[in-house]
Amino acid sequence: MNNMPAILVIAPLLGALISGLSAWIEKKFSYYIALTAMTISCFAALKVLGQVMASGTIEYRMAGWAPPMGIELRIDLLNAMVLLLIAAIALVNLMASFKSVEQDMPDRSSSFYAMYQLFVVGLLGLTATGDLFNLYVLIEITSLSSYTLIALGNRDRAPLAALNYIFIGVIGASFYLLGVGYLYIITGSLNMADVASILKGIQGSSAVLTGFILCILGIWIKMALFPLHVWLPNAYSYAPVAFARIVAPLMTKVMVYVMVRLMITVFGFDYIFETLNLADVVVWLAVAAILAGGFMALAQNDLKKMLAYIIVCEIGYMVGGAWLGNDTAMTGAILHILNDALMTFALFLAAGNIIYMKKRVEFQDMKGLFATMPWTMAGFVLAGLSIIGVPPTCGFFSKWYLLLGAFEAGAYHFAAALIISSLLCAVLFFKLFEIAFFETPDHSCDHAGNTSMNAGSMKSASMNGTSMKSAYLYDSHSHQPAKASSTADETCDGTNTAPDKAHGHHQVTVMAEAPLSMLAALGVAALSLVLTGLYSGAIVDNIIGPFLAL
Amino acid sequence: MSEILSLIVAKYNFWLYIILMMIGLYAMIAKNNLMKKLVGMNIFQTAIILFYVSIGYKYGATIPIIRGDEGGHGVHDMVIHAADYINPLPHVLMLTAIVVSVATFGVAMALCVRIYQRYQTLEEDELRMRLSDKSHR
Repeated sequence: MNNMPAILVIAPLLGALISGLSAWIEKKFSYYIALTAMTISCFAALKVLGQVMASGTIEYRMAGWAPPMGIELRIDLLNAMVLLLIAAIALVNLMASFKSVEQDMPDRSSSFYAMYQLFVVGLLGLTATGDLFNLYVLIEITSLSSYTLIALGNRDRAPLAALNYIFIGVIGASFYLLGVGYLYIITGSLNMADVASILKGIQGSSAVLTGFILCILGIWIKMALFPLHVWLPNAYSYAPVAFARIVAPLMTKVMVYVMVRLMITVFGFDYIFETLNLADVVVWLAVAAILAGGFMALAQNDLKKMLAYIIVCEIGYMVGGAWLGNDTAMTGAILHILNDALMTFALFLAAGNIIYMKKRVEFQDMKGLFATMPWTMAGFVLAGLSIIGVPPTCGFFSKWYLLLGAFEAGAYHFAAALIISSLLCAVLFFKLFEIAFFETPDHSCDHAGNTSMNAGSMKSASMNGTSMKSAYLYDSHSHQPAKASSTADETCDGTNTAPDKAHGHHQVTVMAEAPLSMLAALGVAALSLVLTGLYSGAIVDNIIGPFLAL
Repeated sequence: MSEILSLIVAKYNFWLYIILMMIGLYAMIAKNNLMKKLVGMNIFQTAIILFYVSIGYKYGATIPIIRGDEGGHGVHDMVIHAADYINPLPHVLMLTAIVVSVATFGVAMALCVRIYQRYQTLEEDELRMRLSDKSHR
């Protein structure tokens, strides 16, 4: 018997256990064990994808118990793609995480790696499983590990953000569980394929309707669809950056996958689009999510928060695409799961590099970044273009399918929302590019600096670590627009770290790039954006098309 | 009127779990103290556990262990009526759900301790005040 599906899920589970224990012997082990486990899992995912493409759906019986009773891992083309996506992102992010974990939480690195692997187990498991209740348990494993990991972040705010996430996450998961309960009452089964075959005969039942609404509502809360998104921005922006990089691209996207799975495999298109008449309402919700996410992103002045609201906006794309009710839009939605995970991953990797060097990512801290961190910014530009939807990158292709689907369904409001949000993203990213490219950083202050002996002396005064007052004075001397004193204080700190820059009148740009491992991860992610873009036709023809045709 | 009443009585387990769930939800939304919110969360989860336990129950049935006098003489003698036994599956599922809810509760309490150590309060409005103080400073 071919055990690849089980290895895929179990490798990180054992890895979590061993890397937690090995911390007693030597702290460094936990990282290498995690790396090994992720590599195995990634390799298994690749292998499983190959098998599924060659010989069709794999039904793996856990411990040999046959399906309606036993739990089965059921891997078809859609799963296999998402599994590979999860395993690859988890592996690449782990490579990038070594340095940032060392910087953020040197004393708790081994527990971080253990929880990180549990999180990946949860994601892989809930993607691979073919059992409704098993799905609930794995959602909870994923959520529990993400609560703890988020709480490891920003010391002031992360615990509260994590607690709010727990409250909302529990409501979401409980609704899902309740929905499964109703389905169990009416069908007496928990296996997805089994439930689907029984549901075909009883489509009019109000228990099925209740179960469906509760399940979908629970999943929507977990994926942060617009009115239910309130937990997301805080939780993701206060999380430690090594975790934010994986939770932001994967958690919401995997929940979209779960929704698609419920819609296609369990309830079936006929039930959703012919028996129920909810599609219009949901597409309007998606439109609201897209617009609200876009506009709220526009209002932020912190990079992480802005990216979090972009996620809210992108969730709208996928939900809308899935509910438009035609194959083209569904193809777009599924392709967007893949593309959006890669784009968000690349963006958060870039943000992570900036945070590693600068500690903060408010927009004012990004001035002059193209000079100091050119490689990071190159990756950031590529990912930004992909979010906007510029052709060679992958973001364009899924948007194109979504647009075609919207026209096919006559949902012009959805098409309009797509276009408006692309414009909003263009505004957002070009604003950032402008700040990072044209504006010179505050701490060297050289556009004003030519005035100055005066400013220079003040500068050295403030550098000697005197006080906020002197920093403020210096600001007023150099004819800068008045700044809040806290900003000035920060800039002085910046000066302290790069003293040789501050002394000279002419600006000497010193490259201060992130470590090679983080750059390499960003490079891989950025490359994957272009490659997925170029091969999106092949992905649609070989994976998504055959899946939808089944 | 009596029809509605009999509808309620016949499915009283559903009404009970909905009432419990709403109590929990109310506490999670309306209470100011984080600890009270946590208790609300626990009530909310317990309501669902009770719902599952109640759907496995059958009137006049017993626990699903096959009685010795019924079996043992080969397949033909073993007459087992499903109606005599309650359905164990939802109960088993709930064992898992209980573990999940305990784990969630534990993590949430640990976070509460962390928040209390940092801010010396668990009242949400005070926390919000202190956080906004911090960002202004």
